[in-house]
Amino acid sequence: MADKTMPLAELTEHVRSGMTVGIGGWGSRRKPMAMVRELLRSDVTDLTVVTFGGPDAGLLCAAGKVRKLVYGFVSLDSIALDPFFRAAREAGSVETAEFDEGMFVAGLRAGAARLSFTPTRAGLESDVLAMNPELKTVASPYDDEVYVAMPGLRLDVALLHLNRADAQGNSQYLGPDPYFDDLFAMAADRCFVSVEKVVPTEELTASAPAQSLLVSRMFVTGVIEAPRGAHFTSCEPDYSRDEAFQSHYAAAGRDKEAWRTFREQFLAGDETQYQAAVAAFHEEETAR
Amino acid sequence: MTVTRAEICATACSDAWRGAGEVLAHGVGTVPAIGVRLARLTHAPELVVGDGEAFFMADPPPLGTTAADGGVVESWAPYYRIFEILNTGRRQSMMGAGQIDRYGNQNISSIGDWRKPARQLIGVRGAPGNTVNHRTDYWVARHGTRVFVPAVDVVSGVGNDRARSHAGSSLRFHHLGVVITNLAVLDYDDEGRLKVKSLHPGVTAEEVRENTGFPIDASTTEVTRTPTAEELELIRTVIDPRGLREREVPSSR
Repeated sequence: MADKTMPLAELTEHVRSGMTVGIGGWGSRRKPMAMVRELLRSDVTDLTVVTFGGPDAGLLCAAGKVRKLVYGFVSLDSIALDPFFRAAREAGSVETAEFDEGMFVAGLRAGAARLSFTPTRAGLESDVLAMNPELKTVASPYDDEVYVAMPGLRLDVALLHLNRADAQGNSQYLGPDPYFDDLFAMAADRCFVSVEKVVPTEELTASAPAQSLLVSRMFVTGVIEAPRGAHFTSCEPDYSRDEAFQSHYAAAGRDKEAWRTFREQFLAGDETQYQAAVAAFHEEETAR
Repeated sequence: MTVTRAEICATACSDAWRGAGEVLAHGVGTVPAIGVRLARLTHAPELVVGDGEAFFMADPPPLGTTAADGGVVESWAPYYRIFEILNTGRRQSMMGAGQIDRYGNQNISSIGDWRKPARQLIGVRGAPGNTVNHRTDYWVARHGTRVFVPAVDVVSGVGNDRARSHAGSSLRFHHLGVVITNLAVLDYDDEGRLKVKSLHPGVTAEEVRENTGFPIDASTTEVTRTPTAEELELIRTVIDPRGLREREVPSSR
């Protein structure tokens, strides 16, 4: 069976400028941050990013990688708004498609099922239709109902972070919520999964139910072992959100000078250097 | 001990779920979250209450805690299930509002032109879907003319005028209930326009009119009820012992 494991640095051989990239997780929860950081280090740009957004959307906007942001929302959960998302919106610098969360899910379902749209009640008579003038409604052939025809969200690439996977790509979540990661995988031509740990197949179900196996290898192109790869978002039960670091990020994001320092301290090196810098940040916080 | 304005708001929120039946109760904000728990512990034991994450709890969880902090889980409802549930209609929400107009159109998306907003808010989130699928109420902690405006900038939650003008029967589940503020309980007249249902004790009709950015019928003589002794005990000792409600609705205001 094919061994799909690959180094993080190889991701940018697959993610090219101009692509539509779906990012799993939800808000500031189980985001593939190591892969996002890898994109920040690359020259890839002009991306259409499709996400229930958190700091993934913020960081990619901050680095000028985003041409269009397609989202159900962008939030850091414990902090209402990502600073760079807010700045990009208020400057009008990034094209956006804002959807009701349920519409966004309908779009992913249509994309996964290779349908041009999914009918949904959500969005009717709201300004989501005004903000997205390409959206159309569809009349029911059975009665007098009219629905929003939510277009399928189809992705060139999906990026997910899960708890475990085997080398073949069978991927497992161990936290409370799968979010929409399985839909992202199925709506994408190619899907890359980073995990806390790559384990032998038989180990996946040794201490967790088979229902935790969220994504089958047939939807996975590459597997990247990236411990703490969701940092600073949560990856329950392996770790919770790093609230202190997230606050630091959010504060830095509101100030040009502070952001320059943040970038030099955390984003100038590779993933190993990032994790070391985070450890140093916490040592300093504890000493304080 | 005297009853605070925050406690009156909490019982008013609780009353919004009176008679809701065996549905998922969802409240955004501290006072609505207290209201959900109070309803569940008093007049509406059949309500289903979540932990804000992926679980429904057999007993309402203390404010700010999740299943991870303890308690008995009665069902699993990750986010995808929440969207399935709201499509069935077995849910009743109380959401916040950055802006709200006289027909109950609500905005939580952004202020100003949405292409380049003066202020980005949280986005439409689930408001368009909630309002066309199940009863939706609103909670406004600061009743003022910045919130109650003649026209909202981005219709997120659908108001009565838009729902009624929709041809066909697709919006037959649209149901706006009440708007609860720090000054009053508002509901809708036959034309779907907001009116004052009851004034909180000590609040005048004039105060509500002055703080509302459109003409509103405040002629009611009804006064919002005060909590019973049992309700006060539950709010103060069981649901919100740390007094978070007083931060959302300070008594000095």
